[in-house]
Parts: sequence; structure tokens; C-alpha cells
Amino acid sequence: MASSIRVRAIANGDVTEVQTLIQHPMDSGFIKTDKGDFIPAHYITELTFEHNGKPVFIADWGTAVSKDPYVKFAFKGAAKGDDLKVSWIDNKGESDAATFKVQ
Amino acid sequence: MAAHIGRVGRISVRWLSIPVVLLLATTCAATADGTDPVREARAFRDYFIQKFPNVKLDDFVNGPYSLNEDMRRQWEEKEQFPPYEFSLETGKELFAKPFANGKHYADCFPDSGIGVRQTYPQFDMKSGKVVTLELALNQCREANGEKPISYTGEDMAALTAYMAFTSRGKPFDIKIPDDPRALEAYENGKRYFYTRRGQLNFSCATCHVQNPGERLRAEVLAPALGILNAMPIYRSEWGGMGTVSRRFITCNSQVRRVPLEPQAEEYRDLEYFLSYVANGLPISGPGSRP
Amino acid sequence: MTVLDSAPSITRRLVLRGAGSITLASLGIVAMPLPGALATANDKYPEDAFKQKNDKEAIKLLYGRTAEASDKIKLDAPEIAENGAVVPISVSTSLADVTSVAFVVPENPNVLAAYYKIPQGTLPNIANRLKMAKTTNVIVLVEAGGKLYSATKEVKVTVGGCGG
Repeated sequence: MASSIRVRAIANGDVTEVQTLIQHPMDSGFIKTDKGDFIPAHYITELTFEHNGKPVFIADWGTAVSKDPYVKFAFKGAAKGDDLKVSWIDNKGESDAATFKVQ
Repeated sequence: MAAHIGRVGRISVRWLSIPVVLLLATTCAATADGTDPVREARAFRDYFIQKFPNVKLDDFVNGPYSLNEDMRRQWEEKEQFPPYEFSLETGKELFAKPFANGKHYADCFPDSGIGVRQTYPQFDMKSGKVVTLELALNQCREANGEKPISYTGEDMAALTAYMAFTSRGKPFDIKIPDDPRALEAYENGKRYFYTRRGQLNFSCATCHVQNPGERLRAEVLAPALGILNAMPIYRSEWGGMGTVSRRFITCNSQVRRVPLEPQAEEYRDLEYFLSYVANGLPISGPGSRP
Repeated sequence: MTVLDSAPSITRRLVLRGAGSITLASLGIVAMPLPGALATANDKYPEDAFKQKNDKEAIKLLYGRTAEASDKIKLDAPEIAENGAVVPISVSTSLADVTSVAFVVPENPNVLAAYYKIPQGTLPNIANRLKMAKTTNVIVLVEAGGKLYSATKEVKVTVGGCGG
């Protein structure tokens, strides 16, 4: 199955803008099913972006980040063609990782 | 504000706004000799153009975002990397997946189903009924020995999202063939649109013709002109993608009326009418909505 | 894990970064050990802070101090959220040496929404999409140059009228 991670990393001179959209339910644990049971919390807790083995952005997330989470940031020092590694882990211990090329 | 017309032919309805009354007066006067959908569509469009002189015609397809700045900015921010990306990808995969007999959805449509969404719904002369895109997809499945899929489910939403995406920018091109049955379907759809129903006694027009741009609690009502151009839609409310069928059903529920079955004749005729009067406006689907 | 742990960690991280970058940069070496220091120093997911129901408590747990309002922080959020489930909120700042950014939504069941660590070389501009339960003043915290700053903006959240 395809990775849950989608990334657009575009270099503009020395600054690379990164946008990411991740397929994940980000269940807060506060919502009930029709039957009245709580849907258990299931959300990404840590999301890490690495360039040349060095973390360039680390997101610690709680239950209030929207479903199919999105984040945008920018960092210096990357060039077109460089690798950007994105990885996440959630509160259930599930994880995913993928590497993308800076455009 | 509400104008009441008693019985017009065999129809007894209550109309809501003067332009609508005029629209219908035109129609009813002409019914015996032949309805003029072309003129009606123009009148429908003119009503919205006059009501919102600062909105570009093509922008009406963006629904509430064409009428409210604060909402538009939120929408534009989300469109940078829209939440429907995943459904779109799924749709592309589903569309390409062969049936058990080796055939594909592409074999059921002209141009392999790419860039054809804007021609749906179509009036099928053989069966004498309106065929929407959703119906066409399930007909394709059944013709190839597959079970139909739910009209309100994720797969149908993904498939129609993909097909809409391949037609993005293309203007709606709905035809009403020279056949009394086709005209009747269009009339039926129009009648459904303007008829009050449910405990709240609202018609589609109550919200979307009489009050577009106004708030219904926290929502800003979309104009009826171009209201289907963005379909299917990813609604934040649903946390996912939903079809035209799903939206019609929920709209019925919201006015506290028992909804019809998905793809019921009234819904298909309603889609036919609404798509026809949006002829010329670009497909913007798949779309995002609150 | 505890309040005491996080405060010294932040200080240590800043000191290391300040000292390290000068030394290594002057040697022409890319500051490889520094990100390591950043990663280990404040590596822990702030679990307790994420459980807080009170914004002052969450900020205290996360940063160990209170923030001062700054007009150098631009917090972008809608006036009325089109849907409380997906509210696009972003921040940008002209403050220098930003090391972290946090978003706090006071009327949420868990007030801390997100905490972003900003290594050197990363710009202090972030956009994300958060859930908001009710109308509230969203708070953004920016840790810069060893100090803590904040900005707030009210975002109205109501029940959608067309939900279904």
C-alpha cells in the first residue's frame, strides 16, 4: 500500500518550503460511535523531518491536530535533488516513513 | 415575501421569490406549447448575477467561498494541499483496476472516461431516464458482472472525484434532447427543487435561491447556480469525501424529511435540472466544503 | 518528564547551541553534534503537557515559565472557523533565534495542540490545521533567544448548521 505521507518540498534559493499531508485518522478519543462507545484515541505523536541525517523540523502532536494532518514549514541549506526523510510514530506505536526529493 | 400561486396546471406549489415566480410563470405559460429550458437557464443565471454583482460568473462554482471572504481564505489555505488528495488517489487506482472479466470502467465511457464528467447527467433515450455519473458507474459494473457499489460510500466518492478531476475547468455541457420524456425529467427536477418539504418546510430554493450568502447557524449558504460543479466534495464535517447522492440525502434530512433512496428518480432529475442551469460554468470538482 | 527536567534541558540546549555553533563554524565544520544535542536534550514527547486542561498549567509544564506578549509574532487564524474540525492556523515571527513554537487552544479538552522544535536553519514560520471545540483565544508561544513570547487571537467556533 502507498505511504501515508505526501510531501511537496520546493527549494527557492537557499530556502526550501515543505508542505506535508498525512493520511491518519487523528482520533482524539473524545468522539463516540452511534452505539455510544468512545472511538479510542489514535493520533500521530511525533513527526520528524530530516535532511542529510539532521532533523530540520520536529512536530510533537496532541489530539487537537486535524484528521489527515497538514503542516508547512521552511528551512535553509537544502538544494534541489536533496533527500528529505519524513517519519512519524503514533500513540499506538504505528509508524511510517518515506523519503522525498527536494524540487 | 412569499408569493402564493394556487394551482398551475396539475401542480400546486408555493413559490418563494419574485424572480422565481417570473421564471415559473414563463415556464407554465409555455408548458402547453413547449418549455424553454434555454431561456429558463438564462433567467436562473441572471438572478444570481444581479443578486451578486461583484462575483465573477465562474466563481459561483465555489459555493460559499464566492460569497464570504473569511471562509474563502480558509478554503484557499486548505487548497494548497487539499484533504481530498487521498480520495483522489484512491479514485485513480479504483478507476484503473480491471473487473474480474478483464474490462475496465474506461470501456463504458467515451474517451475512456477521461474528461467526460461535465456531460453528466445525460438523458438516456433507450431507458427513458436520466443517467447520472454515479448511476453510469454502477451500470458499468453490472454490465461487466460486478456487484454495484454504495452510492453514498467512499469508493463511489473516490471514483467520481477522479473523473471530476479529469474534467476540471471544463464547462458543464448538459443536453436536453428533443424528446418529451427528457423535458419532463428536467421539469420534474425543477419542480423538486422549488417544492417545500419536511418538518422545516423548506425547499432547496429557500436556502439556495432566497438566502445564498446568508448564515444558517455557522454555515454560509451556497448559491444554487453552480452548486454541483464542485462535486463530489470533501466535507470537514464528514471528515471525508461524499457523493452527490450523499449530499442530497443529508440535505433532505436537514429539513427533517425522510430522505429518498440514493439515485431515486427525483434525485436524478434534480441533478439533471441543477446541472443544466449551470451549463457553461466550469467543473471545479473534487471540492472542499465545511 | 517533570517540570524540573524540562527547564534545565532548554537552557542546556541553548547554551550548547550557542557555544557549539561558534566553535564548529569557525573550524568550517557543519554543526553535526549540535542537532544531536538538540535531539537528546529535549527529545522527550511532553506527555504531561499534552494532558493539561488548563492553558497556564500546560505552558508551565512545557516551558517552565510564563510568556510575554509580543507584537513581533503574527498569528493567522480565521475570525469564524468554517468548521471546528479543521481550522487553518499559522504563525510567523521576526523574533530571532526561535527554538520552538507551541499552539494552545484554551477551550479544548486538552489545551496543548502542537509543539514544534525548530533547529537552527529552520525558519520560524509554521502553518497547521487544528481542531477547536469552542470559541476561544488561540495562543501561540514562541521560544526565542532563551525567552518565551506569545500572541493570541480569538477564533469563533459554532455548530455547523448544515452538518450531516
